[in-house]
Amino acid sequence: MSRSLKKGPFVDDHLLVKVDKMNSANTKKPIKTWSRRSLITPDFVGHTFLVHNGKIFNSVFVTENMVGHKLGEFSPTRTFKKHGAHTEKAAAK
Amino acid sequence: MPRLLGIDIPGEKRIEAALPYIYGIGPTRAKLILEQAEISPDVRAKSLSDQQLNRIIQIIQENKYVIEGDLRRELQQNLKRLQAINCYRGIRHRRGLPVRGQRTGTNARTRKGPRKTVGVQRNKDAKAGKV
Repeated sequence: MSRSLKKGPFVDDHLLVKVDKMNSANTKKPIKTWSRRSLITPDFVGHTFLVHNGKIFNSVFVTENMVGHKLGEFSPTRTFKKHGAHTEKAAAK
Repeated sequence: MPRLLGIDIPGEKRIEAALPYIYGIGPTRAKLILEQAEISPDVRAKSLSDQQLNRIIQIIQENKYVIEGDLRRELQQNLKRLQAINCYRGIRHRRGLPVRGQRTGTNARTRKGPRKTVGVQRNKDAKAGKV
């Protein structure tokens, strides 16, 4: 079920503060964040986020199309495993 | 066979059943359209007068129902958008796996298609001991 409109979009406060600061200072620096649950608002467009996936930080450059999605949607938490993993990489492990 | 909006040719069925042959119009919309056009849903499609057909077309256009090619294109664009922004749903579409969190260990055959057995693809070098 979708979120009630009355509440407005959900963005973690600590993230919003950082974005606002960058916007007012007109700087663009990657923002490291664990807040995968935050909705991407129009203010975020043009910024780069380093979104934690539980292990590493994936860099996500936010474009206009991404507004309305959550940051976590762009940082996959699972690795896609295939059969036939007898390659150099697998042997090295 | 009457033609509606160029391409659609619903046949000898009741108009209520014939309208859903148009992509983007289902039973619900068909009923709404006929109600608005004041045409009985039980009339056979072929026995409609030109006037009545025009009335139906007019209603479809007035209500801004997206149908046929436009609708197909819209769906394609939605897919493309998801895939272009590289979000989770887009990735699932690209891989042809279920998008809405269903299990994939078993089932999910609708998305994955017929079962294909995948054997281990050994690296040629592995056997030769080069790796």
